[in-house]
Amino acid sequence: MHKKWTNITNKLASPLLLILLILLWQAAVDLRWIPRYLLPSPTDVIAAFFSDFSNLMIQAGFTLQETFLGMLIGVCLAFLTAVAMDRFEFFYHALYPILVITQTIPTIAIAPLLLIWMGFGIAPKVVLVVIVCYFPISVSLLDGFRSVDPDTVRLMKTMGSSRLQIFRYVKFPASLSRFFAGLRISTTYAMVSAVVAEWLGGTNGLGVYMTRVRKAYAYNNMFAVILLTSIISLLLMKAVDLLQKFCMPWEKSEKQSSKTN
Amino acid sequence: MSQSCLLKAKNLSQEFSGTTIFKEVNLYLAEGELICLLGVSGAGKTTLFNVLSGLQMPKSGHIFLREKEITGEAGHLAYMLQKDLLLPYRTVLDNAALPLLIRGETKAQAREKAAAFFPEFGISGTENKWPSQLSGGMRQRVALLRTYFSNDGAALLDEPFSALDTITKSAIHHWYLNVMEKIKLSTLFITHDINEAILLSDRIYILSGTPSTITAEIKIAEPRPRSSDFPLTSTFLDYKKQILSLLRLNGAS
Repeated sequence: MHKKWTNITNKLASPLLLILLILLWQAAVDLRWIPRYLLPSPTDVIAAFFSDFSNLMIQAGFTLQETFLGMLIGVCLAFLTAVAMDRFEFFYHALYPILVITQTIPTIAIAPLLLIWMGFGIAPKVVLVVIVCYFPISVSLLDGFRSVDPDTVRLMKTMGSSRLQIFRYVKFPASLSRFFAGLRISTTYAMVSAVVAEWLGGTNGLGVYMTRVRKAYAYNNMFAVILLTSIISLLLMKAVDLLQKFCMPWEKSEKQSSKTN
Repeated sequence: MSQSCLLKAKNLSQEFSGTTIFKEVNLYLAEGELICLLGVSGAGKTTLFNVLSGLQMPKSGHIFLREKEITGEAGHLAYMLQKDLLLPYRTVLDNAALPLLIRGETKAQAREKAAAFFPEFGISGTENKWPSQLSGGMRQRVALLRTYFSNDGAALLDEPFSALDTITKSAIHHWYLNVMEKIKLSTLFITHDINEAILLSDRIYILSGTPSTITAEIKIAEPRPRSSDFPLTSTFLDYKKQILSLLRLNGAS
C-alpha cells in the first residue's frame, strides 16, 4: 500500500511542479512583477496559440517536412556507414574518429555557412538536420551490430549461413533497440536544428515565423511558436516509441519475464 | 568400423602458438549412433568440436563425412552449445525453422516443416511465443530441434544440458532418450558428466592426457530404449568404476 502511494506521488510530482510554475508565471505577470510587453502570461500565450492556429500549422508543416527529409537521409547514410564500418575494419578505423570530430563542431556555427552555400531554400535546413542525426544513429547502429554474441555468429556459420544471412537474421534485428535509442535522441535534435536553420534565413517555417514575430515584439506569438515546437518534439518522441513497439514486439515479453523472474 | 560409417576423423591435431591442444585424435561415428566424448576440463573438447564443425582448421589430420572430405568446411555438421543461443527477436517456431530458411527454403515451407516436429519434441503450443517466455529446459528442446534441422547427417552437442539444474537435467535426459528413439540423429556429444555419458551413449571416447588424445573407448552394451532406472543398476556402476579408474590413470600420468 505504502509502495503504491509513493508510486503515485512520484508520477504526480512532475506535472504538479509544472502546474505550480505556470501559476507562478501567471501571477508574476498579472501582479505586474514583470511588465506584460516583456513577458506575456500563459493565458496570453494560449490565446495567441489558438488565434494564430492555422498559420502555425502551415509553418509547422514546412519545418516538419525539412525534419523528416533530413532524418530520412540521415538514417540512410548512417545505416550505410555503420554497415561498412562493421564489415570492413579499415572503414571503422578510418571513419570513427572523424565521426566523433563532427560531433564537436557547433551546429549553430556552421548553419550560417550552409545558408551562404546553399541559399534560402529547403536545402541548408535539411543538410543541418542530416548532420545532427547522422552521428547518434550511425554509432548506435554500429554498437548494435557489434553487440551480437560471437557464439551466435559461430552457430550461424555452422548452419552454413552467408554474411548477408548473418546480417539479416542476427545483426540487423540485434541492432534495433540501440537504433531506436539513437533515433529518439535524434528526433528532438532534428526538429530544433531545423528551427535554428530557419532563424538564419528563409521564407517559410516555424523558425522564420519566430524571428518575424520577435522583430514585431509580438512575444505572445513567439511563445506560442515555442510551445508548438515543444509539443511537436514530444509527439515525435512518442511516435518513435510507438514505432519501436511495433517493430520489436518481443521486447514487451522480455520485460514481463524479467519482472516475474 | 562396422555399420555404415558416417563421420570419421583421422589423426586430427591442433595447436595454438606452439601449445598442442590435442594430437592424433581418431574417431568415427556410425549412422544413428550416439557417441560421448568424455574428458576433464581443459582437455580440449571444445577445440576438437570447433575443428570437427569446420569453424577451425586443424593443424593436421582429415575429417570425412560419408567418405567426402570436409576438413575446415563449416555448414555440414549441426552444432549445439550449452547456451541455447535462441534469437530473442524470432518466435520459437521461427527459431527452430531458421536452418531451413538459411538453406533456402521459403518461409511457409520452413515453418510448416518445423511445426510438424513440435509435438514430438514436447513443445507444442509454444510456436508463437518468444524465447524469453520459455524455461531453460524448454529452450534447450527448441535448440535441439533447430540443431536437428541444421544437420547434414550428424550433430555435435557441446555440453548441451550442463547449464540446467539437476532435476530439469534428469527430466531432459529422459526426454532426450525418447526423442532420439524417434529421430535417430547421429550424435557426437561432449560432456564432463560421467552419469550423463553412460546413460545416453552407445560408445564413450575418453579424451585425456597433456596434450590430450583419445586414450580409451568404452562400449555401453545396455540395449535401447533405456529405462530411467538404468543409472541405479550394478551394470551402470561397473561402467562408472571403469571410467573413473581410466580418467584417474591418465590424469596421473
